[in-house]
Amino acid sequence: MRRKKAERLCRSAGAVYCGLVYAFLFLPIVVVVVNSFNATKSKPYLSWKGFSFAWYGKLLQNTALLDSFKNTLILAAVSTILSTIIGTIAAVGMFKYRFRGKSVIDALLYIPVVIPEIVLGIALLTLFATVNIPRGMLSLVFAHVTFCIPFVIFNVRARLDGYDKSLEEASMDLGVGRLKTFFHITLPVLAPGIGGGALLAFTLSIDDVIVSYFTNGQTKTFPLKVMESIKSGVAPDVNALSTLILIVTVLFVVLTQSGLIRRLRHRKI
Amino acid sequence: MAVSATGRSLYETSRMPSVSAPGNAAPGRCKSGGDMLSGRALVQIQKINKFYGSNHVVRDFTLDVQEGEFLTILGSSGCGKTTTLRMVAGFEQPTDGKIFVGGEDMADKEPYERDVNTVFQSYALFPHMSVFSNIAYGLRMKHIPKKEIRKRVMDMLDLVQLGGFEYRMPSQLSGGQKQRVAIARAVINRPKVLLLDEPLSALDLKLRKQMQLELKRLQRKLNITFIYVTHDQEEALTMSDRIAVMHDGMLEQVGVPKEIYEKPVSKFVATFIGETNLFEGMVSSVDGDIVSVAVESGTICGRAEGFQKGEVVAVSVRPERMRYSTSPVRGFTIQGVVREQVYVGSVLKSIAVLPNGHEIRLERLAGDALPMNGPVYLSWDPKDARLIHSRDQEVYHAVETAVMEQGE
Amino acid sequence: MSKHKFRSSTLPVLITVGPVSLWLAFFVVIPLLYVFIMSFCSIDENYNVVFQFTLDNYRNLMDVNYLQIYAQSILIAFFATVICLVLGYPFAFLISRTFRSRKTFLYMLVIIPFWTNSLIRIYGWRTFLGASGWLNQTLMALHLTDSPMDFLFNRFATILGMAYVLFPFMVLPLYTAIEKLDPSQLEVSADLGARGGATFWNVVLPQTVSGVFSGCIMVFIPSLGYFYVADILGGGNSDVIGNLIERQFQSGNNWPFGAALSIILIAVTLLLVKLYQKCGGDMQSLGV
Repeated sequence: MRRKKAERLCRSAGAVYCGLVYAFLFLPIVVVVVNSFNATKSKPYLSWKGFSFAWYGKLLQNTALLDSFKNTLILAAVSTILSTIIGTIAAVGMFKYRFRGKSVIDALLYIPVVIPEIVLGIALLTLFATVNIPRGMLSLVFAHVTFCIPFVIFNVRARLDGYDKSLEEASMDLGVGRLKTFFHITLPVLAPGIGGGALLAFTLSIDDVIVSYFTNGQTKTFPLKVMESIKSGVAPDVNALSTLILIVTVLFVVLTQSGLIRRLRHRKI
Repeated sequence: MAVSATGRSLYETSRMPSVSAPGNAAPGRCKSGGDMLSGRALVQIQKINKFYGSNHVVRDFTLDVQEGEFLTILGSSGCGKTTTLRMVAGFEQPTDGKIFVGGEDMADKEPYERDVNTVFQSYALFPHMSVFSNIAYGLRMKHIPKKEIRKRVMDMLDLVQLGGFEYRMPSQLSGGQKQRVAIARAVINRPKVLLLDEPLSALDLKLRKQMQLELKRLQRKLNITFIYVTHDQEEALTMSDRIAVMHDGMLEQVGVPKEIYEKPVSKFVATFIGETNLFEGMVSSVDGDIVSVAVESGTICGRAEGFQKGEVVAVSVRPERMRYSTSPVRGFTIQGVVREQVYVGSVLKSIAVLPNGHEIRLERLAGDALPMNGPVYLSWDPKDARLIHSRDQEVYHAVETAVMEQGE
Repeated sequence: MSKHKFRSSTLPVLITVGPVSLWLAFFVVIPLLYVFIMSFCSIDENYNVVFQFTLDNYRNLMDVNYLQIYAQSILIAFFATVICLVLGYPFAFLISRTFRSRKTFLYMLVIIPFWTNSLIRIYGWRTFLGASGWLNQTLMALHLTDSPMDFLFNRFATILGMAYVLFPFMVLPLYTAIEKLDPSQLEVSADLGARGGATFWNVVLPQTVSGVFSGCIMVFIPSLGYFYVADILGGGNSDVIGNLIERQFQSGNNWPFGAALSIILIAVTLLLVKLYQKCGGDMQSLGV
């Protein structure tokens, strides 16, 4: 009897603790969201002046901000696609074949992951300056793909761990060539790993600050625009945009988690 | 170096390949598993060797597989049987030697270019496709019209008794069901040859026995040539038209089950297939076709031709052919003491121990038990013993001892 | 080489691994080599890089002012790591022990905040901790203090910010390591008479050590470089090495010196990673 009570106490204590940690995590988010409804009109926009949707309206007029967000989206999309393609075929190749230098490539993959982002940023900056690669969207794409590829590879590799090699042999045995086998068998089976990697790549790209800071030239991405406005005082339309982004991502998570997509997939055989 | 098969016709079953007529048989010693009877075998494996680095995995392997036959390659783990199968399928290339399927040289031919299909040990069902899609896969890739695909797949499902399972996913199937889907998927392409790599090893005993019969039935019905690989000798004996016994990368013997069992040509085949009692010794005298052999525990004899006095031999006698008596039998001087008897349902298994510790196994249909702990004289009908030319040097020790004792 | 061998073993390797190898060579190896070389160069009056071997940059590194910043960086990184570990370990443990269905939800709940731009979240902290920020306003409204307290623009704020941003990088490896624990081991331990604390010390901790290590590395190293956190929350009073480097490449225009600083940072990173590997750390868990 006492043990059960103690257990329940432990359990509630645990729940309270987790709750507190979540509160810590979400605190600034709450601040951001709430402040987006702040009716304040003057810098530094900190004190609460009443509830208002005004800034959401002002957001639509802030072309510079919206442009920067558009840049971020395009950049993230392109980077994700490129890094996913390169990363996936690399992961498959490294899994299947033995060749000299595999361990070298393996080690190199960890570099963008482990070294501080600032080092990668300045290194790429020096490269672009020397080789005269125009600094703008192009250099940003190069930079983002570079730090995304390892994460894609790690994700796909994890999925490859339990992969049955004879699946591809079975396909070839049934008369299907290597390329077609890759598209019809390998990719679909690996899809969850590829999807996870792509999602991770997208997330990293959208939120990247430091590497973009050094490699962007004049192109403004959303995080960089935010950084700019922090110097002068962040207007709540930035908060508004962030809130909207948050809502979209939460919706996305809810959709995938609730299995809606899973159910749609099962409809076709 | 392949051991020669006995020089008799290799066919004792009723299944004759469509090509040859028995009257054309040219009996004689076949130096390999090649059959000199029929014209061209469907699958011809000629002197293939496979090296993995310095590891000689398959040595000078030669085998002909006749059209329509169920041939099993039997051997223990690591003997190279799976490697051989994979070379026929095209997943590995022989280091040298040639493989012909339907008369075509398979060198440099990819697996998808061969008219050969495989059933994998792990089933290898595509996890993201339904049963229907798995089976239809090969046909769909060949762009066969949908209607025809549907008909053929449904027919195939009925054939393997999985009607109604078309929309299940592999993860929802049991082992036996997965196996049948794998077979259906391979067979629907109407290959010339079906290769099966220990397909039943993951199933439990009862299911395995059931599947063995089903496979046999399927093979007969579809009339496809099966090359089956297994380490289970009982399985091989049950299902095969012919068995090719493989050991350490080499082909030891090829023949029909009865022949493999009753007339093993090597010690390995004798001990691997079924249970046997193996004596090693030296030929002490040859009287017509009765060969007397001096072994450590005494003298034994068997009926055989082609043996000379002084030759080192191994003698194999199956437990069910072993006889005992309480008085000596002419021609035999081995005597043992019955130590164990086990009643196993339909048979009575006994073990008699010879003075040198050699355990002799006897098997009789349940009846009178042997006198426990009492001395028995062991013997057999000479024609039930199988004499094997032995190349073992370690036998000399036993032989010397026997000869010296005989001399006393 | 036979046609078959080329088709089946060489060509596929080239097609699959070729692109990533080229990419890594061009965008990782070469830039880093270049930085290394540049750290031995100097600049002329027009701030152009002069390719003449010199150790000046490394000598300048030892300047007293900089040493103070190095110490500060390590301090900040250290405390950020400790906070993440102390907060994160029980958190990861508790989440790992809930029901499967709720677990994914809780896991997602950790990830979601990090889909909001990190800069804006740091700025959220600034709003919260500022002189006229929410915390101070609340404290004053509750009469717990008369004048606004200085939560911002000091090391404390920076440490908090670092810990906040890097929290998931501690939780994820920990969570993975804890998930791998066999629950029956805990039962056996209890069965054999060990109380909670002993079980933790003898059974749980040793097996999750690798997770702890990799989590610590994934927090410590970035902390040294996150200059924007130090800028926004520290306001120039708690610069880390990252700030130093940033300055060389922006306003200071002394790229070679910045390169030297970066090399030092890389060296520190390599050292820690080697240490991690020596203690049996698994490189895989760093790639979370």
